[in-house]
Amino acid sequence: MDELDRAIIDRLQIGFPVCERPFLEAARVLGTTEEELIARVEGLLRDGTLTRFGPLFQVERMGGTFTLAAMSVPEARFEQTVAAVNALPEVAHNYAREHALNMWFVLATETADGARDAVRRIEAGTGLPVLIFPKEREYFVGLSLASLR
Amino acid sequence: MNVGRLDSLDRRIVQALQEGLPLVPRPYDAVAESIGATPDVVRQRIAAMQVDGRIRRIGAVPNHYRLGWIANGMSVWDVDDARVDELGGRVGALSAVTHCYLRPRRLPQWRYNLFAMVHGRDRGEVANKVADIGRVLGDAARAHDVLFSTRILKKTGVRLGAAPPEGSPAGDAGPATVPIHQPARAGSAQG
Repeated sequence: MDELDRAIIDRLQIGFPVCERPFLEAARVLGTTEEELIARVEGLLRDGTLTRFGPLFQVERMGGTFTLAAMSVPEARFEQTVAAVNALPEVAHNYAREHALNMWFVLATETADGARDAVRRIEAGTGLPVLIFPKEREYFVGLSLASLR
Repeated sequence: MNVGRLDSLDRRIVQALQEGLPLVPRPYDAVAESIGATPDVVRQRIAAMQVDGRIRRIGAVPNHYRLGWIANGMSVWDVDDARVDELGGRVGALSAVTHCYLRPRRLPQWRYNLFAMVHGRDRGEVANKVADIGRVLGDAARAHDVLFSTRILKKTGVRLGAAPPEGSPAGDAGPATVPIHQPARAGSAQG
């Protein structure tokens, strides 16, 4: 990752224009060309530095819900459980964590029923109980993390 | 269906974009073409979704491990219910905290009600930041723990279903509730 990559990540985490030639507009701010910027973003996605490039949707503003959920998965069954959980399109992200509850994921669904249904399918598919932690209040959500030198 | 603020055109736009913005010089034109709308209307709809918060932002979503934020700790706290609202706001205001939520306890397995996500270059840095949170909470916090992440298992973001659930209004902009463009899901390129 060079200086331009870092600048792209830091700048484009904050936002991206909505206009006819947004890469051209962003490239001007970054001091590069449209073609180079597109190639860099492609490269950062390909090598996994970026996981996505595009809009972040807030399903709660569309009437939907985000639900944090956790499971305690035996180590011997961890990989098969990851596959079963991740197979649901409702699972927006999923992290392994060091705790008795060692798998934490977020369900993004268009309805509260959708979240309950996804939990039932995961429990049926894995044979493991799912604890859910619906958000009661949001005190803060940050938008970005800077790339470190 | 309670997606009152997502008519059929919005929905087609969301679906066309959920795998990401096309990496071409005119990405919104490409989206417009794929769903049979005009570029101007697509850009207007996207801008409107940003204004009302249905789109939180548009841009790059990094793998924070790759940026050097190696240590990711979900700090969780058992905080006095009478004081958690006041204190949650103060914890969220700490620069080290990227997300801060109140969530239900699940006794007996889980006694914690305040969740504050902390990122750092290493676990020591996270531990220092967690100590800062502890000082803010003081004696209102009866116990806490830090759950470090060891692996990202999935990070794809929101995926809407291919069509609105039964009973959804058709909306005011599109010809039908059935989307023209149905994005690929499993196995699609996703960085």
